[in-house]
Amino acid sequence: MLEIAIKGSKKYWIWLGLLLAVMGAGFIVYIDQFINGLMITGMSRDVSWGFYIANFTYLVGVAAGGVMVVIPYYLHNYEKFHRITILGEFLAVASLIMCLLFIVVDLGQPVRMLNVLLYPTPHSMLFWDMCVLNGYLFLNIIIGWKVLEAERNQVEPPKWTKPLIYLSIPFAIGIHTVTAFLYCGLPGRGFWLTAILAPRFLASAFAAGPAVLILLSYIIKKVTKFDPGREAIQTLSKIVCYALIANVFFFACEIFVTYYSKIPGHMSHIDYLFFGLHGHNALVPWMWTSITLMLIGIGLLVVPALRSNVTLLPFTCIMVVIGTWIDKSLGMISGGFVPSPLHTITEYAPTGKEVIISLGVFATGFFILTILFKLATRVKEEVRG
Amino acid sequence: MAIGAAPAINAIAASDSHSTAQAVKKANSEALSAQRWGMVIDTNKLNDEIAENIVEACHKAHNVPDFNHEPDEEKFPGTRPVNHDQEVKWIWEEHFKHAFPGKEDEFLAEKFRHLPFLVTCNHCKNAPCVQACPTQATFKREDGIVLMDFHRCIGCRFCMAACPFGARSFNFRDPRPFIEETDPDFPTRSKGVVEKCNLCAERLAQGKQPHCVEASQGAITVGDLDDPSSDVRALLSERYSIRRKQELGTEPSVYYIM
Repeated sequence: MLEIAIKGSKKYWIWLGLLLAVMGAGFIVYIDQFINGLMITGMSRDVSWGFYIANFTYLVGVAAGGVMVVIPYYLHNYEKFHRITILGEFLAVASLIMCLLFIVVDLGQPVRMLNVLLYPTPHSMLFWDMCVLNGYLFLNIIIGWKVLEAERNQVEPPKWTKPLIYLSIPFAIGIHTVTAFLYCGLPGRGFWLTAILAPRFLASAFAAGPAVLILLSYIIKKVTKFDPGREAIQTLSKIVCYALIANVFFFACEIFVTYYSKIPGHMSHIDYLFFGLHGHNALVPWMWTSITLMLIGIGLLVVPALRSNVTLLPFTCIMVVIGTWIDKSLGMISGGFVPSPLHTITEYAPTGKEVIISLGVFATGFFILTILFKLATRVKEEVRG
Repeated sequence: MAIGAAPAINAIAASDSHSTAQAVKKANSEALSAQRWGMVIDTNKLNDEIAENIVEACHKAHNVPDFNHEPDEEKFPGTRPVNHDQEVKWIWEEHFKHAFPGKEDEFLAEKFRHLPFLVTCNHCKNAPCVQACPTQATFKREDGIVLMDFHRCIGCRFCMAACPFGARSFNFRDPRPFIEETDPDFPTRSKGVVEKCNLCAERLAQGKQPHCVEASQGAITVGDLDDPSSDVRALLSERYSIRRKQELGTEPSVYYIM
């Protein structure tokens, strides 16, 4: 099936070339980081995780969001999702590869990363995160590939894919739950120490994943002869709507508990994010932008006339993606580390080099996504034609 | 016959092993040992001068880099400028409100406001860093000391997020250009690994007190918390002491006499 990927229009090759260029730029800067260490980043003793882990967290969500097409299609036989299920699975594959790359670029000693396998440590949540992320990645590669191949040959997918598909559902929930557990099980970090964190992560994931999928569907419709289907997109937008409302609701619960109980160790972080603390307020405009975008997003998705407006929907989705991205990456990481356990404030902002390496990772993900989507859309065009 | 010969063969084998000086793993008989090591800091006996001496003694002996040190241009050409937020420290001075953020009080006795409080790794009984580490590079020894294997650490910094005391530092860069004088008795670290106070495990093994204790002029005592007749227990039974963030249940092993 891979031979499909090497036949494409001029635009296809220009796009891949562009991505390769960004990947190359990211790789060159990464060599600097590899030689000189993480000193090239904006991270510090107090804010010891930054842009890499922030994007990692967000992309785990996008990957988990793929399950929002898998559940209706495979568990409820929702036929409208027939065309886009494979897109959801391939989006998960590309997102997970980006996740793993973000972890690798964040390591101080990447050559030692296999120590996690050499000395498996079940009491560390990072060990479990590695297990579920890789498990979900392989499940999606196998399922996506086999189902697409069967479609191309116009036969039923092999029977053994069914149990794997069912297994992929708890795995999708699992990757984001365990990723939340990385944060919410730490005793000294008041911002993360909340049982609502995993549910909130899932809610925001189920908004962000389908929103990204809608945007990709629009692009696919534009650049290929394959139409993911108007009704499928409409259903997806309803899913985004409910999930986004749940995310904002969970956040409101967090706000209530924090500010009604008035426990300083919990309040100080949210104070820092939304109002600034002792004159440090780098994230204040970002956080309010995030809240505003999510609230407008809800408004535009709740009203049926606005939701079904095909011109408006992609803009709504862009707002949802940006809003949830700020909420779950920038805010989630900086908010957890500021103020520090000693109640001092060291603010964080990524350096240019950090951003270029991150863009390199994103370009790698988009490169893989382009090829996988090329396969999927081409096969579907063939079958139809 | 065979049975009779066995002791003789053993004797030969034994004398053989002596003559070829095989590596034998044997505890130093002078080594200091404990069921659970702990530290008691008498805040009344500390002043800025003593505190500074303690920090210096510890950092010098453990080759902790000092980012204020100007690197030797010949040995380390082209060393990039430092970011002081990425510093490394094992033990340092803090004001009361930072050492004990939950115990901040606007009516706190004036003398406590300006006293130097030395903070370091608490060698917690339930150490969150040990729980978080995915490779067991951070581990708890049977005697309660939380130690690190600098050669196993992958630099994921999960332990830094887990530590409620900010006791851990990451080597964002090669620390060696910033070590004024390398002490050959302790390894230097490479970039990309985390480090922290090791309660001078290497000195306890030689029967010596930790560097901080020696430099403290009696302000710091290190001993066995599980032994009712130890010096630390004697201090704790006589004087009022507090621990940092006790409410988190990590059971810090560092006590502050007020």
